[in-house]
Amino acid sequence: MAKFKTSKKEESQSINTASLPDIIFMLLFFFMVTVHMRESTMLVKVTLPEASEVQKLEKKSLVSYIYIGEPVNTAKYGDNPRIQLNDAFATVADIPQFVARERQARPEAERSMLTFALKVDQNTKMGVVSDVKQELRKSNALKINYSTRKVTHTNY
Amino acid sequence: MAKRAVPEINAGSMADIAFLLLIFFLVTTTMNTDFGITRILPPPVKNKNATVDVKDRNVMKILINSHDLLLVNGKPGNLNTLAQDVVKFMTPHPNDSRYPEVKEEYFPQLGKKVMMTKGIVSLKNDRGTSYKMYIEVQNELAKAFDILKNQESIKYFGLPYKDLVGKKKKALINKLVPIRISEAEPENVGGGK
Repeated sequence: MAKFKTSKKEESQSINTASLPDIIFMLLFFFMVTVHMRESTMLVKVTLPEASEVQKLEKKSLVSYIYIGEPVNTAKYGDNPRIQLNDAFATVADIPQFVARERQARPEAERSMLTFALKVDQNTKMGVVSDVKQELRKSNALKINYSTRKVTHTNY
Repeated sequence: MAKRAVPEINAGSMADIAFLLLIFFLVTTTMNTDFGITRILPPPVKNKNATVDVKDRNVMKILINSHDLLLVNGKPGNLNTLAQDVVKFMTPHPNDSRYPEVKEEYFPQLGKKVMMTKGIVSLKNDRGTSYKMYIEVQNELAKAFDILKNQESIKYFGLPYKDLVGKKKKALINKLVPIRISEAEPENVGGGK
């Protein structure tokens, strides 16, 4: 009497992996978006100079950036080199306040290791850079880094 | 018309492709790190009128004018030979009056006295100097001090500086070859901004 076919063989249930690609894609998009979001919007054009003898900036959380260069919107702001701190234009006189604010944002034990990275356009004249350096000196922010592009050998 | 079965696309490898992309992004974004030349600025001067007397033979004066031209110790300089000149200048030359004075310093880690030069590289730029040129000169100076560090490192440990293991060894080399660059406040000769 075999009216009903009873399958005795029990197959192990396979997990449905159809949604796995979706999960991974979600992760991928998350990384793609966050990586671009970290950079502050650039108000100045900065083409970094080249150098061969460079060091890597170690702890990114202990680095503050100062951008100097020609404004992107030259029609509105002219083509004199300007200083950008965070997301806004600034003058040399704003630097002590900026240094104080950046220090405040770090834990007390790490404040002495704070590095100021100068991202300066290669065609900028040294005048404004020197002013910034003098201002940093006065605020006791002595550890600085001249950001450069890394090349294996300089071409001259 | 007979209904044709829509062939199903096998999506089993989709996850692998997505993983590959994910790993690619993870790797490339971390590689995009910042590089630069790190320098320590001199602390602010309290007494502006206090001058430090340094003997003329102990100073290598490098000037960059507003036309990005070099003047090294009063003679027109060349960027290609600058690093070698600095290395020559900063290598201790006892009993040679053309080079900076030397002094002996005792290093407990080495257990002996070591000749140390009293030389200082003085870098002065104009307000009209371009940043590109300034970085190129700083790069050459960095190169010179790297060469000096490697020389000392090979002499005492038989390894180039970057291959040294341990902070103590690196600290010793850094003490043997201090980066003696003095930056004078810029002048406004060329009338730049």
